[in-house]
Amino acid sequence: MRRNLLTLTILILILFLSVLSKNLDPYIYQILVFFGINSILAVSLNLINGFTGQFSIGHAGFMAAGGYFSAALSVYQGEKLLNILSFLPKDLAQGAIFLVFLILGGLFSAILGLIIGIPTLRLKGDYLAIATLGFGEIIRVAILNLDVVGGPRGFPGIPKLTDITWVTFWAFIAVVVIYRIINSSHGRAIISIREDETASESMGINTTYYKVLAFSIGAFFAGIAGGLFAHYLMMLHPSSFTFMRSVEILLMIVLGGLGSITGSIFGAFILTVLPEALRGFAHLRLIIYSLTLIIMMLVRPSGLIGNREISFYRIFKFLRRKGIN
Amino acid sequence: MVDILQQIINGISLGSIYALIALGYTMVYGILRLINFAHGDIFMVGAFIGYFALGSWNLPFALGLVIAMIGASVVGMIIERFAYRPLRTAPRISLLITAIGVSFLLENLMVLIVGASPRSFPQSIPVDIYNIGGLILTNRQIIILLISILLMILLQFIVMRTKIGKAMRAVSQDKEMALMLGINIDSVIAFTFALGSALAAAGGVLVGLYFNKIEPYMGVMPGLKAFVAAVLGGIGIIPGAMLGGFILGIAEILVSAFISSTVRDAVAFIILIIILLVRPSGLLGKYMREKV
Amino acid sequence: MLSIKDLHVYYGGIKALQGINLDVKEGEVVALIGANGAGKTTTLRSIFRLTPIVKGDIYFYEINLTKLPSYKIASLGIAHVPEGRRVFPNMTVKENLEMGAYLVKDKKVIEKNLEFVYNLFPRLKERQKQLAGTLSGGEQQMLAIGRALMSNARLLLLDEPSMGLAPLLVQEIFSVLKKINEEKITLLLVEQNANMAFSIAHRVYVMETGKIVLSGPTEEIANNEAVKKAYLGG
Repeated sequence: MRRNLLTLTILILILFLSVLSKNLDPYIYQILVFFGINSILAVSLNLINGFTGQFSIGHAGFMAAGGYFSAALSVYQGEKLLNILSFLPKDLAQGAIFLVFLILGGLFSAILGLIIGIPTLRLKGDYLAIATLGFGEIIRVAILNLDVVGGPRGFPGIPKLTDITWVTFWAFIAVVVIYRIINSSHGRAIISIREDETASESMGINTTYYKVLAFSIGAFFAGIAGGLFAHYLMMLHPSSFTFMRSVEILLMIVLGGLGSITGSIFGAFILTVLPEALRGFAHLRLIIYSLTLIIMMLVRPSGLIGNREISFYRIFKFLRRKGIN
Repeated sequence: MVDILQQIINGISLGSIYALIALGYTMVYGILRLINFAHGDIFMVGAFIGYFALGSWNLPFALGLVIAMIGASVVGMIIERFAYRPLRTAPRISLLITAIGVSFLLENLMVLIVGASPRSFPQSIPVDIYNIGGLILTNRQIIILLISILLMILLQFIVMRTKIGKAMRAVSQDKEMALMLGINIDSVIAFTFALGSALAAAGGVLVGLYFNKIEPYMGVMPGLKAFVAAVLGGIGIIPGAMLGGFILGIAEILVSAFISSTVRDAVAFIILIIILLVRPSGLLGKYMREKV
Repeated sequence: MLSIKDLHVYYGGIKALQGINLDVKEGEVVALIGANGAGKTTTLRSIFRLTPIVKGDIYFYEINLTKLPSYKIASLGIAHVPEGRRVFPNMTVKENLEMGAYLVKDKKVIEKNLEFVYNLFPRLKERQKQLAGTLSGGEQQMLAIGRALMSNARLLLLDEPSMGLAPLLVQEIFSVLKKINEEKITLLLVEQNANMAFSIAHRVYVMETGKIVLSGPTEEIANNEAVKKAYLGG
């Protein structure tokens, strides 16, 4: 029941946004695009950090990997494929190619996640954190040394294919997929790892399998987000994918609540809008970020929402109760 | 051959700085099981205190160094008191996130105070260059090495021989037992932060002297790399941090000299991943599985 | 000397202690016996405020221990020989003993105490440079007791000193405990080995599921039919 409600709400939201976006102020439009991309990043990181309880701080690396991969496909193969598909209407062909490239970018990230995850997920807690950080940095350094994608100069000339419909579509897919995983028997296994890894292992749960699974799915969506990001900005630069970026994503889920999908989206919203609101005080922005992180941990370590979900049903019930009393 | 020797000499200078920072990481990890992400930024704060002490007040180098160390100790203790101590019983992940927050706070506060652009460090010791059989050696390299070794010997003495040093070791091995013996854990932990911060600050001032350039984000990379050095040597083990620092410094310089300087930043992390996979307890450590 | 009054300790919903009353007089050896999970260790740990005390007071002379931070309690003259010995494994035997004297300022007193401990346990003197983690279980127990004695404590809390030791070693440890008591040091002893506990105790408390169910002079408790059946093997 609740799942259907969630699906429905988001579908309506997509339609609503697509129609609305035609007349949107370009500034608001851009903020919404970034909000969508950040939501994908936050929800996917939350699968790893919040639900599986594995502390990863290298998400920017996966975003970079997927982004660069799909961007490179677009730049080097896009025209060719478009010619092959010339029998289709141009928009449709373009869309199909973009979809495939995004997914390939996501898969590239996921494979990377697999390669990285299998050895490192044996590590626990802060060791894992450091290993993921290390991998994030290695991916960035690798890009810096790859001349095909511009190395330190950046990678220009990416076609602008991302629009708000694409972003909302993918945000929707990310939420639905991760929501369904968590509420399946796999999800219960995943959450049991967070609660007590040793105990779930002794219950016969293949913890490594589930950890790697969660890690790869998280990496997949980070890669998708990277692809969307690349095809919106039309230009990539390694400096967009530093450790700082990973921390920003982490901040979103910490703010919203580790282990809450709606919380992640809420956190993504705040961290997309807040910088805009603080644009006049650019240098204060980062200070506010850092103070927020510290104060959140001291005062409300479970995040603003905690590990619950916001649901309309519950809000409705709450309002009605208030009304009666 | 001379070339390799030359690079090793340069690597030792860099390595001794990594070692100084790594010591603080390892001590704090040993006592709190916390990767103190803000430690690299303490190193930066130390460099800036040194910058003002040497540049604005024109103090002699040694005095500037001491002031930077004292100043950074105070900053380290303040951080521990207000950001970490309230989380003593919280999950370690909360503590780690807080540490990341503190790290960004220090960086951005410094940007607010001095601006983001690099500043050149006061050159209070003029450069002398010695040529020994084709090997180039500067007096600054010698000073860096001597000061580092001196500080490491001092630290080793404090930890092994003094009462507070023994209390530090006791607290890191069994906090509750230390408490029952009458050791005030809070002050021991504060002292550990002070000690680690002082060493990092010394590293900061030496980096300023050696590379002649400081800026608010200068602590990020050396901080992460010094952490790698600590893990490499065996986290929580003081001689391990020194060993790891030197190995890392030399490896990095050799790679950038003979392979490619852009890969340099990845060296530390590749070493990290290898060591975590092959020998997570580090070169000098005994591996212990996380307790059930 | 020590008096525990109506002590309640809850771990979450679990009521570990439900109104413990216990007194120890100067110079006594008091044993606290009971089955696993009865709350013996919790009682001892409460004295150092290492448990969530919900209600009740613990007095050492007139001082209410429940109002003090844990690290201040040792300075009153109470020392703990905890369950599982808890020696510092990466420090030498001598360093462990020195940690025991952490609050003693006078170097001469430390020297004197060290000698006292080495006299009680000559084996520790032989191994003073060895890391404590490399000692055998019996030697670690001796070290834990020695460490507690280093602090000039007037009251020693001992948590299962016989656990995991060979019978001969248990005999040895208990004969040392007797010697320690002769030096006017009061002992509060938690034991599962009731026979050994009765051999040195003046008075005994019996605990069951968080409550004291029986107390009295050792002879009286040792002859109690229920105690005989439950703790003395018939």
